Amino acid sequence: MTEVLARDAAHEAAGPAPTRSSRSWTEIGSEIGDRVYSWSITGFASLVPILVLLIFVAVGVAAWPALRLFGVSFLTSSDWDPVAGHFGAAPAIYGTIVSSMLALLVATPLALGVAVFLSEFAPVWLRQPVAFAVDLLAAVPSVIYGLWGIFVLIPILREYVMPFLRDTLHLGVLPLFSGPAYGSSMLAAGLILAIMCLPYISAVTREVLLAVPRSQREAALALGATRWEVIRDAVIPYARSGIIGGVMLGLGRALGETMAVTMLIGNRHEIAASLFAPGYTMASLIANEFSEATGDLHLSALMAVGFVLLLVTFAVNALARWLVWQTARER
Amino acid sequence: MKLLSICLGAAVAIAACAKGSDNSANDSTSGAAAAAASSAGGSAGLTGAGATFPYPIYSKWFDSYATKTGVKINYQPIGSGGGIRQLSEQTVDFGASDAPMTDDEMAKAKGGPIQHIPTVLGAVCITYNVPEVTKALNLTGDLIADIFLGKVTKWNDSRIAALNKGITLPNRDLVVVHRSDGSGTSYIFTDYLSAVSATWKASPGKGKDVSWPTGLGAKGNDGVTGQVKQTPGAIGYVELAYARQNKLPTASIRNAAGQFVAPSIAAVTAAAAAAAQKLPPNTDYRLSIVNAAGAQAYPITSFTWILVYKTQPNAEKGKQLLDFLKWALRDGEPMAPSLDYAPLPAALVTRLDSTLATIKVGATP
Repeated sequence: MTEVLARDAAHEAAGPAPTRSSRSWTEIGSEIGDRVYSWSITGFASLVPILVLLIFVAVGVAAWPALRLFGVSFLTSSDWDPVAGHFGAAPAIYGTIVSSMLALLVATPLALGVAVFLSEFAPVWLRQPVAFAVDLLAAVPSVIYGLWGIFVLIPILREYVMPFLRDTLHLGVLPLFSGPAYGSSMLAAGLILAIMCLPYISAVTREVLLAVPRSQREAALALGATRWEVIRDAVIPYARSGIIGGVMLGLGRALGETMAVTMLIGNRHEIAASLFAPGYTMASLIANEFSEATGDLHLSALMAVGFVLLLVTFAVNALARWLVWQTARER
Repeated sequence: MKLLSICLGAAVAIAACAKGSDNSANDSTSGAAAAAASSAGGSAGLTGAGATFPYPIYSKWFDSYATKTGVKINYQPIGSGGGIRQLSEQTVDFGASDAPMTDDEMAKAKGGPIQHIPTVLGAVCITYNVPEVTKALNLTGDLIADIFLGKVTKWNDSRIAALNKGITLPNRDLVVVHRSDGSGTSYIFTDYLSAVSATWKASPGKGKDVSWPTGLGAKGNDGVTGQVKQTPGAIGYVELAYARQNKLPTASIRNAAGQFVAPSIAAVTAAAAAAAQKLPPNTDYRLSIVNAAGAQAYPITSFTWILVYKTQPNAEKGKQLLDFLKWALRDGEPMAPSLDYAPLPAALVTRLDSTLATIKVGATP
């Protein structure tokens, strides 16, 4: 009620009402303008979900013959034999998930460290150059990562890291670190993915940490907290949902990465317990075989792999939303 | 025939001028024929798609041919599979493939029967990285099959040593490297292994992608080379042109005549010549020439093919395509060795000339 009165008062204060005809023209004009604007904005906004839906439909239709023929065994079988016409994508699904998880395991603590250093500890003159260098990692084309991996990372892994883990630390008794060290392996793919998704996680985390209100830190300091306690108990919990969002962004990057992984993972249709053994990912499988796949079933099987990849990324994104929402609500 | 190609050249040149291009008409004076051809024709130029392996030599041919006749050929090296699909859908005028089409694929082509035209020869070399060995190794087909099956796992295996007396082989693990992407190179290699090893033939068999029993997969010739160079003890296969240009160590392989032959252009053409002698008169050229007879023949070789419809629907394009193919067989073949491709043996070129004459060109609309 008071609102209406206030509006009326404001209206009167703005001067006499315009004549009837000119007022209606402006009104009609602005009304049409508003409608056109809202329609076009709605159109643009709905275009994106429609596109996503169409992609799902198109890939699903192309994948259907293989999915119908192989059913669940497409997800559980390790037998990928284009000559015999048997297709099972289990190693690729396993490889995609394991390499991405490995990447997150390595990248998250590093990225968190970089972000905390940059937002809390680094002197101002150092902040920009280091942040820029980390962001630059995101701009390096993935094929360059692949080349670097082949010529630098793999020899180091094969000659030093793998023998060290397996023999010097005697971790070879665990299946995870056993077997011959070829270099090209799940470990190599996981490490390159870690480097590739690190800038995404650290950039988001840095922004989120910088957005934590000053009062939060000051309150903790006032209670006698050390710097470490401020960060651990006041800053990071406040920023937790944002950090999880950043990690999920990195995971999305790792799941879909193709070129660098193809160059390092060894491209082998096999689920091996050892991280030293070669593996496969869904994205590299499609990239490797699509151009020369002539058989209808082979093509359809590759489409089915694409469909599964789409579902996995979709599920990961949904999970991320849920996690962010949960942690935001807890606070 | 020469007159025809000159006419066509003029027609294309004039058509190009009419479109505002700055091409100058060539020296032909048969204006009437040219005008007729250009009024009858659609767009000038041909499109093709397919194998990446012969792309360097094809693009050299297309370039030389365009300079000579004005006929532009647009070729997309999208892979043999893509080439076959596009030809079947009739979205290109010709396809190109490193593996012959299967009967199934031929039946699905929408434009009718397809003729395979061999153009040049490819070969696959076995390359390896054994730091202790500096001389070229000798290998046999069944030994290579057993290495790639994972049955032979050490470089100092007695079977390798028996073929290489005088070379001290190290006690190193053999690391098999194969192509991870579907490829004509894999097709030729597995075709050879299927020919020499019954075990290989049963499984994994031959194909552009097969289910490799062991080893690491790497993408492309460069990927395999990189992996082999980086991994002591590695053995892999790459195509001849790539091995020659990068000066990779390659093994000599025992051929059907019992001779150890190093991969070379002459040895590849020799294999094709031996195979061509035995061709039946009604051949469709979809033949495998791996493990060919002949004392000088290198055993892991194959044709690469251009695929065309036996009945060309478009008169103008059909003529252009046939003229190009005739030119390629006559004037294009000698260019092959400069790009490390083996040219077809002369006897085969003569036979292909008569095969090209059987291709029907549709009525002028």
